Amino acid sequence: MSAQTETAVKVQPAEPLFSKKNRKLLVDPLDSNNPITVQVLGICSALAVTVQMKPALVMALGVTFVASFSSLFISLLRNTIPVRVRIIVQLAVVASWVVIVDQFLKAYVYDVSKQLSVFVGLIITNCIIMGRLEAFALGNKPWPSFLDGVGNGLGYGLILILVSFFRELLGSGSVFGIKILGTDSLTGLPYQGNGLMMLPAGACIVIGLLIWAQRARNGYYEDH
Amino acid sequence: MQQSNFYIITYTAALTVICGLLLSVTATGLKSKQQENIALEQKKNILASVMKLRNTDDVRAIYEKRVKSYVIDFEGEVKQGMKAEEVSVANEYKKPKVERLYPVYEIVAENNPNKTEYYVFPVYGFGLWDNIWGFVALENDLNTIKGVKFDHKGETPGLGARIATEEIQARYVGKKIFEGDSIVSVVMQKGEGQDYSNNPHQVDGMSGATITGKGLNAMLAEYLSGYQNFIKSKRGNKMSFNQ
Repeated sequence: MSAQTETAVKVQPAEPLFSKKNRKLLVDPLDSNNPITVQVLGICSALAVTVQMKPALVMALGVTFVASFSSLFISLLRNTIPVRVRIIVQLAVVASWVVIVDQFLKAYVYDVSKQLSVFVGLIITNCIIMGRLEAFALGNKPWPSFLDGVGNGLGYGLILILVSFFRELLGSGSVFGIKILGTDSLTGLPYQGNGLMMLPAGACIVIGLLIWAQRARNGYYEDH
Repeated sequence: MQQSNFYIITYTAALTVICGLLLSVTATGLKSKQQENIALEQKKNILASVMKLRNTDDVRAIYEKRVKSYVIDFEGEVKQGMKAEEVSVANEYKKPKVERLYPVYEIVAENNPNKTEYYVFPVYGFGLWDNIWGFVALENDLNTIKGVKFDHKGETPGLGARIATEEIQARYVGKKIFEGDSIVSVVMQKGEGQDYSNNPHQVDGMSGATITGKGLNAMLAEYLSGYQNFIKSKRGNKMSFNQ
């Protein structure tokens, strides 16, 4: 009841938070400027954590969280950061957020944190995050920077989820741990897991096919 | 001003203090919750070395009902007033073998709390890159391996890290640790794909992870010899009891 009134009372801010330009920041990385398939950044973790959907989803959320809040903070600090040590400052902010995420995962989703193990810590070195801080957050206002971080995190996450969906389905015949194919599963269709999909090579193939499909659809061509 | 050395040093110092403060607050705040998870994980691993657990099982309740634990020393004497769950095997590992405390977990029968079905011993060692550890469960003849559970900190994924998979752990089931009256442990061989089903003291190796395998062998040998006085006295009791 009270929640309804609250939303009704909410005032439209003077400057639209989701102006066309801001929406573009959020949506572009999902497709036409995707960090994985177009910029080919953050490939390492995309190959490593996509065997199953659950860790992939948690990783996607983790990266989105770290990317957006790091961008926000770096953007807030952008006029005070000494140029000579800016990379170190960025690293300190990113690393702090990553450790906080890691601590929360260990406290609340222990089994997932064990599966992700070293890859949570490696979010620090994820090229996408540092890349967005350097390229965007250092030169833009906090809100657009935050959106840019969210957009890139989601763009990364989208590919992770897609890849892990195919890998888990074809590799172990399940989706989110629920058996879909094979004996004593939901459909009961006979299926033997494809071992290649469980290996990083499987991810490489799936990502390659995704990039192919996306480029065919968007009419991408190489500049010479 | 912004480019002066003084500004840069003050800036980074302040940043370090703020980040450090933030992190220590988070870590301290979540510590109890994390330790709870670690304790639960240990219970899960102890039980999983002898039975199949489903996701829906209430691990704490099963553990409460089925596990009887105590601490022994190298001589096999029970140490009074100590809880096995509170002994840190990782810390004991750093001491010389004869000075360590050894936790013992007896898994009792579902219907009879006085009948011990399995004995579970923690083991700890070093693989290729970092520490490895686990649990070894013996049948109540204290000779046949009922199951093992291994885990690791930083073995190579796809190679040494395979010790944490069921595929590798299943190779130990049914193997024997005794040859006559002496403990010879179970030794993982070099190379993969051989059939060792006729040899009770050997298991198939892991291709590309020979050193992790050696670490496993050393770990098992070390801890089985650490528990040998306990194992032998229990077996002695059993033999005289049966006669």
